[in-house]
Amino acid sequence: MTCLIMLASGIHFVLLVSRQGKVRLTKWYSPYAQKERSKVIRELSGVILNRGPKLCNFVEWRGYKVVYKRYASLYFCMCIDQEDNELEVLEIIHHYVEILDRYFGSVCELDLIFNFHKAYYILDELLIAGELQESSKKTVARIISAQDQLVEVAKEEASSISNIIAQATK
Amino acid sequence: MSSSSTSIMDNLFQRSLEDLIKGFRLQLLGESNFISRALEEIRREIKVTDLSTKSTALHKLSYLAALHGVDMSWAAFHAVEVVSSPRFQHKRIGYQAITQSFHEQTSVLLLITNQVRKDLNSANEYEVSLALECLSRIGTHDLARDLTPEVFTLLGSSKAFVKKKAIGVVLRVFEKYPDAVKVCFKRLVENLESSDPQILSAVVGVFCELATRDPGSCLPLAPELYKVLVDSRNNWVLIKVLKIFAKLASVEPRLGKKVAEPICEHMRRTVAKSLVFECIRTVVSSLSDHEAAVKLAVAKIREFLVEDDPNLKYLGLNALSIVAPKHLWAVLENKEAVVKALSDEDPNVKLEALHLLMAMVNEDNVLDISRILMNYALKSDPLFCNEIIFSVLSACSRNAYEIIVDFDWYVSLLGEMARIPHCQRGEEIEHQLIDIGMRVRDARPQLVRVSWALLIDPALLGNLFLHPILSAAAWVSGEYVEFCKNPYETVEALLQPRTGLLPPSIRAVYIHSAFKVLVFCLRSYFSAEESTLSFSAQEFSSASSSMNAFTYESILNLVNVIELGLVPLSGTHDVEVQERTKNVLGFIVMIKQDLSEKLNLQDSETEVFRVTAFMEDVFSEELGPVSATAQEKVCVPGGLELKENLGDLEEICGEFLKPVESDSVSYTDKISFSVSKLRIRGQQEASSSTSPPHEASSLLAEHRKRHGMYYLPSQKDDPESNGNDYPLANELANEISPDPFNPKKNPNKSKQRPVVVKLEEGDESRNPPQAKSNIETVNDDESLSRAIQSALLVKNKGKEKDTNPNSEQQKQEESSRIEDHQNSEKKKKKKKKKKNGESSSKHKSRGRNEVASASEQVIIPDYLL
Repeated sequence: MTCLIMLASGIHFVLLVSRQGKVRLTKWYSPYAQKERSKVIRELSGVILNRGPKLCNFVEWRGYKVVYKRYASLYFCMCIDQEDNELEVLEIIHHYVEILDRYFGSVCELDLIFNFHKAYYILDELLIAGELQESSKKTVARIISAQDQLVEVAKEEASSISNIIAQATK
Repeated sequence: MSSSSTSIMDNLFQRSLEDLIKGFRLQLLGESNFISRALEEIRREIKVTDLSTKSTALHKLSYLAALHGVDMSWAAFHAVEVVSSPRFQHKRIGYQAITQSFHEQTSVLLLITNQVRKDLNSANEYEVSLALECLSRIGTHDLARDLTPEVFTLLGSSKAFVKKKAIGVVLRVFEKYPDAVKVCFKRLVENLESSDPQILSAVVGVFCELATRDPGSCLPLAPELYKVLVDSRNNWVLIKVLKIFAKLASVEPRLGKKVAEPICEHMRRTVAKSLVFECIRTVVSSLSDHEAAVKLAVAKIREFLVEDDPNLKYLGLNALSIVAPKHLWAVLENKEAVVKALSDEDPNVKLEALHLLMAMVNEDNVLDISRILMNYALKSDPLFCNEIIFSVLSACSRNAYEIIVDFDWYVSLLGEMARIPHCQRGEEIEHQLIDIGMRVRDARPQLVRVSWALLIDPALLGNLFLHPILSAAAWVSGEYVEFCKNPYETVEALLQPRTGLLPPSIRAVYIHSAFKVLVFCLRSYFSAEESTLSFSAQEFSSASSSMNAFTYESILNLVNVIELGLVPLSGTHDVEVQERTKNVLGFIVMIKQDLSEKLNLQDSETEVFRVTAFMEDVFSEELGPVSATAQEKVCVPGGLELKENLGDLEEICGEFLKPVESDSVSYTDKISFSVSKLRIRGQQEASSSTSPPHEASSLLAEHRKRHGMYYLPSQKDDPESNGNDYPLANELANEISPDPFNPKKNPNKSKQRPVVVKLEEGDESRNPPQAKSNIETVNDDESLSRAIQSALLVKNKGKEKDTNPNSEQQKQEESSRIEDHQNSEKKKKKKKKKKNGESSSKHKSRGRNEVASASEQVIIPDYLL
């Protein structure tokens, strides 16, 4: 397992795991094969879910550090290098949660379950190649809603009856 | 028509992602069943030509892959199809699937180049952003090469949203296609002066990563970065810049002086803990020579340590452990906090505290610290307990027991460790018990006492983890039996019935040790007999000194006890135990007749006398420590091919055995013999010419003479004197003058540190394997850093050309550039001009410089410092 090559800088992956151990979101910035991904998730959720509430938010793991924070029933975990700044990553996690909160209106686990893709899109606006790219909550919210609108307009077009007829008679 | 109508049906009745998720929560089939049904559905839907059906199917598949670990590599081509859709929502799904599942070996990767290019050129900034994100994650050499022009264009985009993403992608492009540096680097550097914090943050992030890979190549950018360090108030940016300077300062120490002050300024000013911590870490790791900065950092660390927040406590301890090697005072100042952290509920904090405590250990406090830690070990959970034991063991044994003065104490400590209920470090303790026996002559009496206590402790035999310790204790009692107070009891302990609980390999050690004790007893009995005959009674009493004199009865008794204990073992299944038993029993048979027949054994011609003398010779060789690199010192004899493929040899050997080859074969035999000798008996090296030649040792001496090259060089240097001759403890005492400034606090200190045998080199420390892998990674990044260097060189050339006419004045201006950048409006203009000149000269010089500059080291101009 030591042969993993961490190409990405900054954050290597992001995991959202529920208290029951259900995975709610995964995003990999470093190359992991599918099998390794499942193994990493299993290993880490075992370590993190078993940690008590008043302990520090960092776990050393395979020579990396995993910074995690629990919000309600969800654990947000990010994996970084030894020399990266743990507190900064905690802030990124908090930042992400705040944006989700703003977007969904007091976010809960169910929101993320049913809008799993939206959580992805928001994360993509926050991080690129494992680096923080947008630190303004307002900007992220604006960009996401603009993209949503783009999709809505297109959807309306696509689902209009005339469109379906046009397709059928193509 | 029919196909399109099924497509409509599919489209109308297709389950959306939301349906799938809902279904998942309501399903009664069991998870894996539900997934395989859903997959079946997806496989059907994804083949449909209608793009919205296809994309929905792909979306569902990505969901299953992300959260349930379903393989989606088979859908790679469909992802490419979906990406080519003109609709944004399809594209988004497609790109997400691609970033999620594609890797370097995905074959359809070749098909997306054009699509990505098209999207990078799109007027819709969100489409551009999708393509950029995709590239940042899956970019390969080919993709990076083909799309460099587009990325370059986007770096100059007027939309900040696009520009910052383009900057984020640049790193991946550089990494995969270093030539892109030549094209994009200048634009990247320009962005260091951007006023947009997001852009600045992105570009600093890129340089941070480049600096991590090759600090040297970013050195010329120090002035620009310095400006950011001083001016920026954005914590995200500052953290990254600090990281860069931490790297740069490690290759250019003069830079440290320059940045120490602004870093301290940030440390005093900011309230953001993340920034404070980054400042601390930068100072303690890279600016540890700057006293004022370190003092401030340590003060900040102390603030962290007293916080209630476990994160800050952990990080504070972490920072202390970085600073410890160079500034131990920082740890000592916070000793109380560290010791307190040992009982923290967080295992991470405890561990960090433990490491720190071990960093503090020295000759003076090793007793106290070990006592504290042993108390903690007794009440800790098994995991931490063993962590403590391991730390103490490794700290004390460091560099051939450097910090141990009182070996009697240390040996007793090892014995205590064995009695800690959770102790699982048996092998390490075993190694040290034996190692100390071999290295420290003065510790042997205590070692034998401790071993004896271990051997008779009934609790230890049942604990699997402690068996190695017992093995060491048994070996010590046999090897150093001359310090034993009561050999008879030792033999009883070694042959007690409960030894049946031990694994056979350790039992064999027990039996062999009993053998050694027996031989020793016989021998001392004979020598006592001899001396009573030849000398007066007075002299005899002084000769036998501390030893209990053996009587004929006690010897006979001893032999009987051993025989009684061993006879049942002669039928054991384990060969090792059986063989050892047979050896001892055979020896007993040889001596027993003489022993029972003659009461008076003074005749040196008797069988028993000769046999005992012979055996004693065999055991009398003292074992010494073996260098960890001993094996490497055995040089390969000429004519012995180790790397050659022996498969080819068969052809030649198949026909007839050449005399040359048989020669080499015997050569290898000898090697393996001597090596195994080295291993098993340690160095039985050279009983040497000074001691009276015994039978066995003279054989060894002979062997050594013939195969001297395979013996350790420590003896080779000086073949005349005995390699194992220990300098006497008081001999060394003359050399070491007692320290008059150090009042002796504890009585132990008055004791002289005994001589510890230390091999010349490569004893403890072997080169860590990381060194090599480091070099390899450097090689990996070499092309990238070379590209950056050449790009920078071009940039500097341009500058120089510009500054040439009035270079002296320019130089001064440059030096003031850092000092008073606030009022540099004028200079900014000048710099702009310079940049223009630079780009024109760049084109001229690039072709020329490319090759030559590649290997040239970038020299950081002096004026930056």
